[in-house]
Amino acid sequence: MSAVVANPSIEQIWQILDQVPDPEIPVISLVELGVIRSICWREDTLVIAVSPTYSGCPATSMINLDIETALRANGIEAIELQRQLSPPWTSDWISKGAHEKLRRFGIAPPSRSSQTDGASAAPIACPHCGSFDTRLVSAFGSTPCKASHVCNACLEPFEHFKCI
Amino acid sequence: MPTLVPLHDLALHMGDNCLILGQRLSQWCGHAPILEEDIAQANIALDLIGQTQYWLELAGALGAQGNGAVATEPEPEQSHRQVQAPEPARLKSADDLAFLRDASGFRNALLVELPNGDYAQTIMRQYLFDAWHYPMLEMLRDCNEHQVSQIAGKAVKEVAYHLKRSTDLVIALGDGSEESHRRMQAALDKLWMYSGELFAADGDQETARRSGVQIPIDYGALKTSWDVHVGDSFQRAGLRPPDSNYMQQGGRRGIHTEHLGYILAQMQFLQRAYPRAQW
Repeated sequence: MSAVVANPSIEQIWQILDQVPDPEIPVISLVELGVIRSICWREDTLVIAVSPTYSGCPATSMINLDIETALRANGIEAIELQRQLSPPWTSDWISKGAHEKLRRFGIAPPSRSSQTDGASAAPIACPHCGSFDTRLVSAFGSTPCKASHVCNACLEPFEHFKCI
Repeated sequence: MPTLVPLHDLALHMGDNCLILGQRLSQWCGHAPILEEDIAQANIALDLIGQTQYWLELAGALGAQGNGAVATEPEPEQSHRQVQAPEPARLKSADDLAFLRDASGFRNALLVELPNGDYAQTIMRQYLFDAWHYPMLEMLRDCNEHQVSQIAGKAVKEVAYHLKRSTDLVIALGDGSEESHRRMQAALDKLWMYSGELFAADGDQETARRSGVQIPIDYGALKTSWDVHVGDSFQRAGLRPPDSNYMQQGGRRGIHTEHLGYILAQMQFLQRAYPRAQW
């Protein structure tokens, strides 16, 4: 038998996963996205519960692959990823720090869900020029999580991370 | 008085609605009248096909355990059939259910298999469905069966966006130009008789008592909620449903229109011609 090496701590696993970027929005990590729900060791198997953002989001399988890749690169071999549907992921779980990163990346961050009724809501600030003189073009955009807007002030189109 | 729906039947019904409607909407990809609508249709189709996975995984797991009434197909006659349809018990995964069932095994409402027609027909079909889908998911989210409530709790938030869009479009197109109004009214005249099936209890009670877990569905409350929403939208849109009360049914018993056959022929061809193909 090989020498027994201590399993990384839960805190270390969180740090590893905080280095894994979202495949579509690489400026934020999976931890900042709020999709990593729990991490625990079951004997020598690392069990991680992950929530899908949108039901049909094609990035979901990429996210799972990236989690496994990152963990294996850190020497963890026995991994079990569980899909957790309940409670459902909400954009409220995107960390505060991530909001500014989204804005700088050109995506208007989500408002708190409690403030909106979904697609219609208070005006969204343009991530390019900061003006609130913006309008919704469509509640659907380039990915399931984003809506399309246009700024009337600087005339740039931009996307908004939808509240869900 | 709620109707008891067997869990397996419910999972198939919900999953098949999403699968077939998702396929229909995907046919618009690259062909919608404006770019933003092309993107919206594709996103909604994606949401629905994602939800299909959850529902059909549940149905597959229940079928494999023998915990529910399994969709059966008529026995093939040996004389002119060389290929046997897969035994129902072997349909375990969501993929198996999607790609290996024949039309008689599907439990979707007839409404979602109807042709896209012109854009008005597509939008009217979407709205009649969304106005049912949203309160249905709210009801299922609050039910006691955990597997159902967690799927519904996830799906209901996405469907809220679907309903908002289709409502706005029905009103904008109904109360639009002479042409858009005419097309929307024609679409309503055509599709109205397929709306009743969404609320039909449809002989569930006998099989319900014989099967395992049953989910209580208050179709009366669902219909009331739908009537209010649809009545309000049509009033704003200047649209009027036909006077006839005749409602076409059959989808939930596997008796489908000829349209489903064409959809499945296109969707299933690859898996049936090259079984277990993967890429």
